[in-house]
Amino acid sequence: MLSVKDLYVSVEGKEILKGINLEIKKGEIHAIMGPNGSGKSTLANVLAGRQDYQVTSGEVIFEGKNLLELSPEDRAREGVFLAFQYPVEIPGISNATFLKTAVNEIRKYKGLEQLDAMEFLALMKDKMQVVGMEQSLISRPVNQGFSGGEKKRNEIFQLTVLDPKLALLDETDSGLDIDALKIVANGVNLFKAQGKDNAVVVVTHYQRLLDYIVPDFVHVLYNGRIVKSGSKNLALELEEKGYDWIKEENQFSDSVK
Amino acid sequence: MTEVPEKEEIKNWYYSNFELFENSLNGQSKAPVHKIRKEAIAEFIELGFPTTKNEEWKYTNIAPLLTQNFKPAYLSNKISLSKEEVSKFLFTGVNASILVFVNGDFSNELSSLLPEAKGVKFESLRQVLNNEPDFIEKYLLKSNKTIDGFSALNRAFISDGIVLRVPDSTILENPVHLLFISGSDEENLLVQPLNYIFVGKNSQIKIIESTVGVGSKAYLLNSVTEIFTGENSVTNYYKIQNDPDTCFQVSRTLIHQERSSVFTSNVISIGGELIRNDISTIFESEGCESNLYGLYLADGKRHIDNHTLIDHAVAHCHSNELYKGILDEKARGVFNGKVLVRKDAQKTQAYQSNKNLLLSRLAKVDTKPQLEIFADDVKCSHGATIGQLDEQSMFYLRSRGIGTEKARSLLLNAFASDIVDLISIEPLRETMNRIILDRLHKVSL
Ligand SMILES: Nc1ncnc2c1ncn2[C@@H]1O[C@H](COP(=O)(O)OP(=O)(O)OP(=O)(O)O)[C@@H](O)[C@H]1O
Ligand SMILES: [Mg+2]
Repeated sequence: MLSVKDLYVSVEGKEILKGINLEIKKGEIHAIMGPNGSGKSTLANVLAGRQDYQVTSGEVIFEGKNLLELSPEDRAREGVFLAFQYPVEIPGISNATFLKTAVNEIRKYKGLEQLDAMEFLALMKDKMQVVGMEQSLISRPVNQGFSGGEKKRNEIFQLTVLDPKLALLDETDSGLDIDALKIVANGVNLFKAQGKDNAVVVVTHYQRLLDYIVPDFVHVLYNGRIVKSGSKNLALELEEKGYDWIKEENQFSDSVK
Repeated sequence: MTEVPEKEEIKNWYYSNFELFENSLNGQSKAPVHKIRKEAIAEFIELGFPTTKNEEWKYTNIAPLLTQNFKPAYLSNKISLSKEEVSKFLFTGVNASILVFVNGDFSNELSSLLPEAKGVKFESLRQVLNNEPDFIEKYLLKSNKTIDGFSALNRAFISDGIVLRVPDSTILENPVHLLFISGSDEENLLVQPLNYIFVGKNSQIKIIESTVGVGSKAYLLNSVTEIFTGENSVTNYYKIQNDPDTCFQVSRTLIHQERSSVFTSNVISIGGELIRNDISTIFESEGCESNLYGLYLADGKRHIDNHTLIDHAVAHCHSNELYKGILDEKARGVFNGKVLVRKDAQKTQAYQSNKNLLLSRLAKVDTKPQLEIFADDVKCSHGATIGQLDEQSMFYLRSRGIGTEKARSLLLNAFASDIVDLISIEPLRETMNRIILDRLHKVSL
């Protein structure tokens, strides 16, 4: 589904990703972990098409298409979804208007009929229950005045409504209590169930989420590179030992660079 | 660009038209109002049109308006419009009493009143000047003084407008729509209504003033409106400026508020080549509230200038101002908001904010809040912002599959909605939302 090859990315002249390689097959769940500032959000945002990150070399193929050539909106329409680490607040646009526009823009791209107000409402009702979104949040401006947890839930709500092929979750679990965490995990698992080929990349600092969203692979991103990959046991090991041993293992390659 | 003619030439044009106007009056030139006109034309000859050297016109260069002459509408051929033609200028779903002015002249045939408005006195200024000689002394000579060439010119040709008197304790459910239709296929016109609105004690009224154009020639709409809000009254004034691209509008509104009255205006400017609005509110007595809102959308070479003055002459009054603008291409916006809190105006609350979005590198806005505070126990604040569309919000919308164009128009509409949502007449709000959305699509091309 997604193949990232030797990806180098800079921001304002500073190199942040230094040769990322990542293969994600249909139906897989990958977790990406790593210390603060290692480049996890950068990777997720580059895949979603954020333009202030500069891809200096490498390629990304998504479902046979060169992803880096597509605009952010076309990536979304092709099935890439990013749940933001810090979702923005947009005053003046209601959640409902925003989502209805998004759903219909994606449907138009796919050559599907537009949903009318009633059909859209029905779709929303269905998904709202899963992530425990209150009706009142739907009519409020996008994320405005939402608590941290509500913002994260709203991201997952959008994921279930827009129904992409690949979900990139950037620390969607941070700052959530256990109940909210379960709701988020529920939403993600529902998304997985919506299509057996759907794939998920979870960026997280905590093993906790991985109890509910069980990964097939765990990668450690450190200093712009994936320095270690393993099974879900790697997450347990990181939880126990922290990142110092990873940093030590990679000291040599750092100083050479 | 056509060269700006000499100052003297411009003055001569209006002076010779004044003489024609005077001759056309026949016996009427002996009427008391004509003395005001004669004084005003002399003032106009002395002042001329304002230049950017005038502090109040510093950022608004009226050169495009000076390259052409405008014939006072009273001297040109009358145009006739059918009810059908007029109906396309009405707001769908708004059930209003409608007063139509064609090139400044009140048209009885095109106007229609709702039954609930029968207690309200609607008269043309022409009629009032004929029937009430002391109206001149009481109002025309009182507060509406000449402040610049435009106000002098308006007074020099005083002839018609609306005089609207809402008696005490009258609550109108439905709005009164003042529709000013201007323009001609024959020549450029100067249209200059002078309006008086009196809202009685404990009364409530919503007024929609809209300006639109017909015909292929340009016009200069130079209007003056005075509003007197009685004790404990509530007035909502919506001004929708949707003039054709080649037209000019200079509009001056003076508001006198009596004790505990609430006045709210919402000026939405979406048309015209050059627009200048002056709103001055004076609190004559304590406990008043004034809310001044505005939205301006401009592209091309449009120029929109909003000047407001709130005179906190007495204690315990609140004023609240929010003006927002979206400027694209080479458009220019000006906001000048003066709040004067006099020595005795304790417990004043005055808030003012002006926010602008610039969509092109060539668009420009000059914003100048002026707070002059002479009292010590007051709460005042002001702020102005000039910015671009938020990149992060754009990315957020696009990352959900919404295309650039649509994302832009959603964000612009959201920016404008702060003002549009303040329109309390629902069908008007909906119509304006639709018109603005339409405009924004064009603005963001
Ligand atoms: N827009 C930007 N401009 C400049 N530097 C940036 C920008 N975005 C990210 N960086 C830098 O790039 C590096 C990687 O940041 P990134 O946000 O990808 O890390 P992360 O792994 O997601 O960290 P965290 O776990 O704290 O979320 C950091 O050093 C950060 O300061
Ligand atoms: Mg991050």
